[in-house]
Amino acid sequence: MIGDLPALIPFTFLVFAVLTPLVGLWRQESSYYMAVLGTGIATALSLVGFINYLTGGETIRYFFGGWQPPVGIEFVYDGLAAFVILVINAIAFLVLIHSGRIGTVEFPRKKVAYYSVTMLLMLGFNGMVLTGDLFNLYVFLEISSLSSYALIAIGEKRAPYSAFRYLIIGTVGGSLYLLGVGFLYTVTGTLNIIDMHAMLPQVIGNSAVIAALILMVVGVGVKAALFPLHGWLPDSYTFASSSSSALIAPIGTKVAAYVLLRVVLFLFGVEIINADLPVTEIIGILAGIGILFGSVMAIAQSELKKMLAYSSVSQIGYIIMGISLANPFGFIGAVLHILNHALMKAGLFLVAGNLRLKEGHTDITKFSDSYRKKYPWTMAAFTVAALSMVGLPPLAGFFSKWYLALGTIENSSWMLLAIILISSLLNAVYFFRIIEKIYLKNPKEDEVDRTETAARNEVKPSMLYPMAIMAIGIILVGLLNVYIVSAITTMFPAGF
Amino acid sequence: MLDFFIGHYAYWFTIIILAIGLYGMLMKKNLVKKVIGLSIFQAGVILFFVSVASKHGATVPVKDASLPVSEVANYMNALPHTLMLTAIVVGVATLGVAFALLIAIYNRYKTLDEQELLEKIQ
Repeated sequence: MIGDLPALIPFTFLVFAVLTPLVGLWRQESSYYMAVLGTGIATALSLVGFINYLTGGETIRYFFGGWQPPVGIEFVYDGLAAFVILVINAIAFLVLIHSGRIGTVEFPRKKVAYYSVTMLLMLGFNGMVLTGDLFNLYVFLEISSLSSYALIAIGEKRAPYSAFRYLIIGTVGGSLYLLGVGFLYTVTGTLNIIDMHAMLPQVIGNSAVIAALILMVVGVGVKAALFPLHGWLPDSYTFASSSSSALIAPIGTKVAAYVLLRVVLFLFGVEIINADLPVTEIIGILAGIGILFGSVMAIAQSELKKMLAYSSVSQIGYIIMGISLANPFGFIGAVLHILNHALMKAGLFLVAGNLRLKEGHTDITKFSDSYRKKYPWTMAAFTVAALSMVGLPPLAGFFSKWYLALGTIENSSWMLLAIILISSLLNAVYFFRIIEKIYLKNPKEDEVDRTETAARNEVKPSMLYPMAIMAIGIILVGLLNVYIVSAITTMFPAGF
Repeated sequence: MLDFFIGHYAYWFTIIILAIGLYGMLMKKNLVKKVIGLSIFQAGVILFFVSVASKHGATVPVKDASLPVSEVANYMNALPHTLMLTAIVVGVATLGVAFALLIAIYNRYKTLDEQELLEKIQ
């Protein structure tokens, strides 16, 4: 049973991707419950797998059809994969519970299609995390991308156009990745990541390998929204339906960053990656520029969802910076930030979804102090997530930044250390102006106290609890980070 | 120098096809033409895989009694070709999603010209 987990988790999504439309034919509403059930089962399985890993379980390698690699395709369920799978499935579970009511308002007649496509999306993400085969990874990358184009196209009037732009950019990224895989295949004759890792030291300095590395980093960088390749992200997240952006924003770019981590640190490895070109240095600089650019653009936005989208560009920079440091502290910071940012960004997008549903807009200039009376819990969750984004201890966001900062000190990259500190200040600027609007009275306005007239209008439990769990999760991850970090230290790639 | 060009002619054609695809995506104003450019770009990648795996005078990778297995030059490597079957399917699916999005865009804005579209969006 435990040995079959790597196949069972994506398989659950595949089964539910077929079952959801079938049950949806019978009754539309049931597609929501099917999707929640499917993700719930997958989350439970991932929890079993992660606990199995923590209690001394070995890396599980699942060979499809019994064919041994490098001939067959394998799924590798090691500690890192178990961790990331648990994070993305648990976040998707909470976001899907939350999406029910938003769906009734924003896409009432497309629910069956929406939930079927979500299952395909999760299949793609789980496959990308688990697979040990480079071409298989491309297929799962395209499955998840195609489903996310479809999900992003459901939304406001402009949504299909932003989805179309994402499709063009994303497919070029995928094709470049495939071209890189082709270069590596012609040089090494294998597609298996573990097998190729063993062969690459023999072909150091081969120009095809260098070209392949660049193509793969650029291709995956498009999906991860690494700085100058982030152009598709802000529009896509802004105009998509609230539940789609809450689902794709915390998970999508994280999984792509995870693939980048696999390619840089596990496939090529610390020694080979910088043998000919200072690749990690270049990625680090791009990530640093992305962090500053995203933060500055976020300050300039007056729309909450667009601000969160630009903040995603900046936060993904932290993860990629952690990868580029290529030292243990950077690795801990990057992996911890995958968890932290997934929790924080999902929480913030759920708050945006709640406000869209109740107020009909997420225009920051129209926020007022009456919100704290109307939506006390939503605003409390927002504040927790926002403070964590800024990096206030003991919330989760502080610790990933702390390990990243330690990593930059170990590498003596003072520039990157400065960027981490400056961007925390910039984060504070764009989150505190909202917190100020919600909790403090505007002195320039007239004397009418709007908090007195505002009636309590909190969202329904199905939307409140997922958000509350995220907020509590942020606090718990912060308080218990010692245990999480000690688990992450067992996941280091070879050579650390 | 000439040998370098003639000896690698398959790669030069790949580069030309990729460049044509990129040109279509970047310079054409009509969204359908952008999708055509995307398709050409993907075809370039597919042809690259196919060309690296083909051999002159080699046969299908089925064991032949008259050809010794030890001489690998007699057999083609079928793996890149089969991989590309999957890649072609992915490309078809991408085209399907792209055209579905274009229909949605046309229904909302009544145009597929990028310039007009951007004006209507503003």
